[in-house]
Amino acid sequence: MLGCPQVPVQTSIALYLINRLKKSGFVPVVAGNKAANTLLVIADPERHYIGEIMDLDRAVAMITEQKRDFDRCFVFIHNDAGISYAGTMGAISKAKLFTLVYGEHYEDLVKQIDFPCTIIAAKAIHNPLPLKKAIDEVTPWAV
Amino acid sequence: MGCVESMNYEILMRHGSFKECREYIRQHFKEYIDVQPGFKIFDIHLIGIPPITIGLEADFIIFPYTKPCHGTFLLRVEDTVEAARLRAAKK
Repeated sequence: MLGCPQVPVQTSIALYLINRLKKSGFVPVVAGNKAANTLLVIADPERHYIGEIMDLDRAVAMITEQKRDFDRCFVFIHNDAGISYAGTMGAISKAKLFTLVYGEHYEDLVKQIDFPCTIIAAKAIHNPLPLKKAIDEVTPWAV
Repeated sequence: MGCVESMNYEILMRHGSFKECREYIRQHFKEYIDVQPGFKIFDIHLIGIPPITIGLEADFIIFPYTKPCHGTFLLRVEDTVEAARLRAAKK
């Protein structure tokens, strides 16, 4: 579940995470707003990484109406809206919830997360490596 | 959530945090209900950390509307039918 693509690392980390999930046997589905989804689609024109991709609010509607659900949910967070979306997923979905917290104010955002989830956090803005490292350290990975 | 743009709404708070919006409703409106995320109001599934507070004032409904890039807006919309539905849900 993508947030606003304002912070550059999101698209890079999303592609990395999709690849990592696929290698672990998961079938990733991306949900984001138009800008976030378009950034991904343009970066992966032959769909080597991206599979199904959908509108963020449509995903929330489908899960709420119990038309669909998932095993794992990774929510990208770099602002208050991201926390609201993660809190929503924690309430409406049975998925094991992971929050990817990044950006300039990632520590303040982590303090606001008071619902059950696995927090993966790093001060990553332009350089995705700190967040990639934090993702790699989640052990046993995403299980 | 495209329908919000076509509504005749008033923005009571913009770029606030979700929690600020919840506190604002509880402090400024005597009548309110708490719902879970995903609760449908108009054609919108509400986004937020539970509980989500919706304010009621006569036929006006006050609710948080979250957009990924712009944070949470507190909107005030007049709708007699929806206000009645919310009051019925409250009972």
